[in-house]
Amino acid sequence: MATPYYVSPEQLMKDKADFARKGIARGKSVMAIEYSDGILFIAENPSATLHKISEIYDRIAFAGVGRFNEFEQLRIGGIRLVDVKGYSYSREDVTAKGLANAYSQSLGNIFTSEVKPYECEVLVAAVGDSTETNELFHILYDGSVTDRQGWVAMGGQAEALGTYLKDKFPKKDPDLKAGLKLGHDALVSVEGREPTPSGLEVAVLDRTRARRKFRRLTNEELKGLL
Amino acid sequence: MIPDDATLTELLRMPVYGPGSSFSEVLKARTPDLLPPTEADGPFHVPEGTTVLALRFGDGVIVAGDRRATEGLQIAHRSIEKVFAADDMSAVAIAGAAGPAVEMVRLFQTELEHYEKVEGERLTLEGKANKLSQMIRANLPAAMQGLAVVPLFAGYDEGRGQGRIFKYDITGGRYEEDDYHATGSGGKDARSSLKKRFRSDLSRDDAVKIAIEALFDAADEDVGTGGPDLMRGIYPTVASITGAGLVEIAEPEIERLFQELISERRDQMLMPETHTVDVRRPAQES
Repeated sequence: MATPYYVSPEQLMKDKADFARKGIARGKSVMAIEYSDGILFIAENPSATLHKISEIYDRIAFAGVGRFNEFEQLRIGGIRLVDVKGYSYSREDVTAKGLANAYSQSLGNIFTSEVKPYECEVLVAAVGDSTETNELFHILYDGSVTDRQGWVAMGGQAEALGTYLKDKFPKKDPDLKAGLKLGHDALVSVEGREPTPSGLEVAVLDRTRARRKFRRLTNEELKGLL
Repeated sequence: MIPDDATLTELLRMPVYGPGSSFSEVLKARTPDLLPPTEADGPFHVPEGTTVLALRFGDGVIVAGDRRATEGLQIAHRSIEKVFAADDMSAVAIAGAAGPAVEMVRLFQTELEHYEKVEGERLTLEGKANKLSQMIRANLPAAMQGLAVVPLFAGYDEGRGQGRIFKYDITGGRYEEDDYHATGSGGKDARSSLKKRFRSDLSRDDAVKIAIEALFDAADEDVGTGGPDLMRGIYPTVASITGAGLVEIAEPEIERLFQELISERRDQMLMPETHTVDVRRPAQES
């Protein structure tokens, strides 16, 4: 009779975490930077249609890194979740905290109970009426959540980008142009090459807009701003 | 039923290919109680009576509606909103039972935004018009019990670069109108008014003007339609939709146009020497 192998829980979790981290490290990166009018998202993304950044609700945006099909499922699930919530209660009752919590629960469950953990990380960002009331929640592959301020970098080059941003992020919130330049320079310094505007995916949560704060920046706008 | 936390986690892990990009399908799969009821035992007395209209002009389309809701011979509400932005490029104007109509509009708005967010692009105007048609058809059993909802849908077709108008019947039948349409209890009067004034080369200002005149004529003939309420300062809603999006016409402009129309009409009417029936009482001799 074959004896089943014993694997200690510590080892099991470590293996899963290593697996997930390796998967995420293979992908491209996304940054979120708080600027004077809201939150700016920059991703290196050669595709104009397969988005890493997208709108979730009036004030809330989503960014994902890692395996596309996995964070895409989370993105669509998130939209369904907030739309049902906003429809059954009111639009103001939809919060980034609630969504981040749901992602955290879901990713945590998958990490512990499924054979293969998700190889992705997501960011839930909500723009407030001032920079102090912005919310940035970074949710990892195992469901752990961190509440961030100023900037977030995730994906393949998260560490190097993070070091750059930590070093260069100004004391006072940059304006859109300066924020975009900061993100762009971080990418250039880490990747060692100049990304083309069409190879960048850039979007903002702009608090000066009407109800729906999310907006993508077109290639023309990017050329003008960079 | 309001979704609890367990349902929310299920929603998050629901297969992407299940409900696709339809919000109604998401509700149907997890929280069907949030969908409008399809059956009802009637008849009911619900707020109804209305005039809503839409007309095309050079750059797009105008949508307008009065503000009165009636229950039988009573006024149920004086300032109800009947023209709703479905999204940035289209509007729904409702006629019929107010409760189910407002709920249908809310579901329709969520449906359009949900599709746009999931798919990353907007539905075409044709797609939106068909979606609304399915929602009206789903309401047919309730309509048979007296809770009919018959909206008017209008928007700017970005593909064709022009405004378009769709009218419906209670079975969900969808018919595109070329120039203008009006519906509700005062719809016929508004249509008669529009028929005389409409030209195919209207400017935006002229289109707003004849929309207001048509609403005024409908309110003049139909008890279910509210005219301008000068005492309370309640005026009908008028919105224009062009390639630049939907804009609601500011109240001061509407007020001014009504004042102009009223003084114009008064000048025509108050010429006593031409009247055979004098509506004024003779002065009392003391």
